[in-house]
Amino acid sequence: MFGYVLKRLAQGLVTIWFIATATFVAMHAVPGDPLSGEKITNAEIRANVAARYGLDRPILEQYGIYMGAMLRGDFGISYTQQNRRVNDIIRENFPVSATLGVLALAFATFGGILFGALTAIYRNRLPDTVIMFLVIVGISVPSFVLAALAQLGLVTLNSAVGRSLLPVAGWGTVWHMLVPALVLGLSTMAYLTRLMRSSMLEITSSDFVRTARAKGLPPTRIFLKHQLRNAILPVVTVLGPQVALITTGGFVVELVFAIPGLGRYYVEAVQQLDYTVIMGTTVFYGAFLVLMVIAVDIVYGFIDPRVAVE
Amino acid sequence: MSATPFRPSAADFAPATNRSARDAQLRPSLSYWQDAWQRLRRNTRAVASLAVVVLFVLFAVAGPWLWRADPAAQDVNQISRGPGPALAARIVEPYAAWAGVTVPALPDGGPTTPVDLRLADAPTTEAVRLQWEPGQGAAGYRVYRNLYDPSPDRALGLPLAEIFDPKRVSFEDRFDLHPERYWYSVVALNAKGDETHDYAGLVVQPELATSAADAASFGWIADATAVRVGDVVALPYHPLGTDYLGRDMLARLMYGARVSLFIGFVAPFLFVLLGIVYGSAAGFTGGRVDQLLMRFADFVLALPFLLFMILFKIAFGIGPGESGIAPMLIALVLLSWPSTARLVRGQVLQIRGEGYVGASRLLGARTGYLVLRHMIPNTFGVILVTLTFEVPRAIFTEAFLSFIGMGVAPPTASWGSMSNEGIKTMLAHPHELLLPALFISVTVLALNLLGDGLRDALDVRMRGRE
Repeated sequence: MFGYVLKRLAQGLVTIWFIATATFVAMHAVPGDPLSGEKITNAEIRANVAARYGLDRPILEQYGIYMGAMLRGDFGISYTQQNRRVNDIIRENFPVSATLGVLALAFATFGGILFGALTAIYRNRLPDTVIMFLVIVGISVPSFVLAALAQLGLVTLNSAVGRSLLPVAGWGTVWHMLVPALVLGLSTMAYLTRLMRSSMLEITSSDFVRTARAKGLPPTRIFLKHQLRNAILPVVTVLGPQVALITTGGFVVELVFAIPGLGRYYVEAVQQLDYTVIMGTTVFYGAFLVLMVIAVDIVYGFIDPRVAVE
Repeated sequence: MSATPFRPSAADFAPATNRSARDAQLRPSLSYWQDAWQRLRRNTRAVASLAVVVLFVLFAVAGPWLWRADPAAQDVNQISRGPGPALAARIVEPYAAWAGVTVPALPDGGPTTPVDLRLADAPTTEAVRLQWEPGQGAAGYRVYRNLYDPSPDRALGLPLAEIFDPKRVSFEDRFDLHPERYWYSVVALNAKGDETHDYAGLVVQPELATSAADAASFGWIADATAVRVGDVVALPYHPLGTDYLGRDMLARLMYGARVSLFIGFVAPFLFVLLGIVYGSAAGFTGGRVDQLLMRFADFVLALPFLLFMILFKIAFGIGPGESGIAPMLIALVLLSWPSTARLVRGQVLQIRGEGYVGASRLLGARTGYLVLRHMIPNTFGVILVTLTFEVPRAIFTEAFLSFIGMGVAPPTASWGSMSNEGIKTMLAHPHELLLPALFISVTVLALNLLGDGLRDALDVRMRGRE
């Protein structure tokens, strides 16, 4: 087990290094240099600014400096908001995104397991048909459409009631989080429902469930102890990669609902071509996702001892 | 004892049983593809989805030939118009100034509110002429115009005009009039210029009207002298309305479909092809090369997809006058091939061990022949299923990028960029968001259902799995 964890962590480190290098290469492939858009007319000032950001050094040296700083956990200074460190931007805005993401993931997991189990119980009957239709619709509607429709719905609802039931945008209280988190979690919920349904159906026709039934266990006990517990395993496996979807999907939801998260900051940085922020955020998110996948895999090893043997 | 020598007769050489009767085919022989097609045809959901997809492709390919509106042309007279029938304008006399109405003296007694707010003239989009009876002791009037009924909570907003002459009891509105309902309100002002509480209201729906010279300058008619006052001329028709810049929605949806479907079909085709080449090369070579190739594929697969799509889009840049489609295509191909490569490699490794491949090799088949004759035909079903699921994913990616402003460059339309523009005017003109959103959703829905059907029909092994 310990060796497995160590091996996964080493692989993860190499992946993060790959992500950082790919980001560096991509950013330096940009035509022109990051300062060409700035209003710096004086060549001397330009040289000073370039020197401050280390842009006057050879590219390999820049790569070395960049990697060294990153090893110390320093992502540099923002280009557009000078004197603001990328670390501070991440530290201030990531907790908001993480809160939203965790809530969305909670919605998605709970709903996915619930609806998946329901569809398996009512297989080929009305609840199954209705839920599975909604699932395929949920997978087919892009998150920005869902977000916009939810906001439109909120506005209509609030004006129909005559007072503000739920805030339409912004951040602060739990009430602000509900609708964005639900919208963000919906596609994951649809995916998990599908997964849960097929895994439930597989378990239901397995030998140990038949045995449990044959020895006269009460149906609720069979359902909770034997079916549900085993059927949840595949859902746990995909939670790691789903974190990736939720964080990147968060961009759009944060944009539409005006939530001050890292995702919205990232999109703004992209539109303003703030290179250090883009690079820092990409590497940060990339590392975060890689670690999440590894964490889920390790947790999975504890839940299902059969996997750890491999 | 003498044995009778065996003398074979002709009967001994006749077939013992009638083979042809036993081997008679009960059902027609079907190839794999015929069989799959039959299964697909029985799946009504998949067939309906296929029809929808074909319809959308026709919409994109043939649409712009049938509906020849320019997707970048602005119709400034019909900005943010909702879907509906064509508008027609009545030709009126050229605008002449209106003297207005003044009363010689203010009434003694009576209410302070202006009363009997009425139209002095038939309301047209050229001018709405209001007139009212003066209120007692009013020092002036303030005129408001609203798009919604202001009376419930007296939400009058910003005034349209202020009149500081108590005897002046008329107002002519010529400000950006459209053929829609307006709530006009007139409030009396006291000597200090403050509003008194009561106001008079009137709902007006101006008729779309224009002078002959204006109609000719807008391009609605060829010749200003050919029409007379009272004639009705048709405005340019926008069946699905216009966007916030007055561009025809139907034309933009058609050209947007071209972009979205082009990326949706071409990008998966290219990266699946790349994945086939890469995966079969790795699977066939085997050994260390295989290990090395697949490790690289794993790294690319571990990259956060959307973040790197954005990064690559910036790295490639969009030059002036470019649509931004090519960089998106390249970025999609560069990031998406590894999953197909892994799939194909697995298939190749599996098929390589099959007996018929060994037999073929013994008979002297070269590698290229093996790949073309055995590997590709036998993995084709799996690849086709992957392809159908990659198409909606590519459409999603394009829409997402265009939505956050990193996709196609304006004025190129794509469903994603149209949604992005539509969301800004969502509350007042929901059709600008809902139409492109509906198109994306229906296309992706149809492709997903078609993919499900194809998987069930083609790949028996994957059936029932997610």
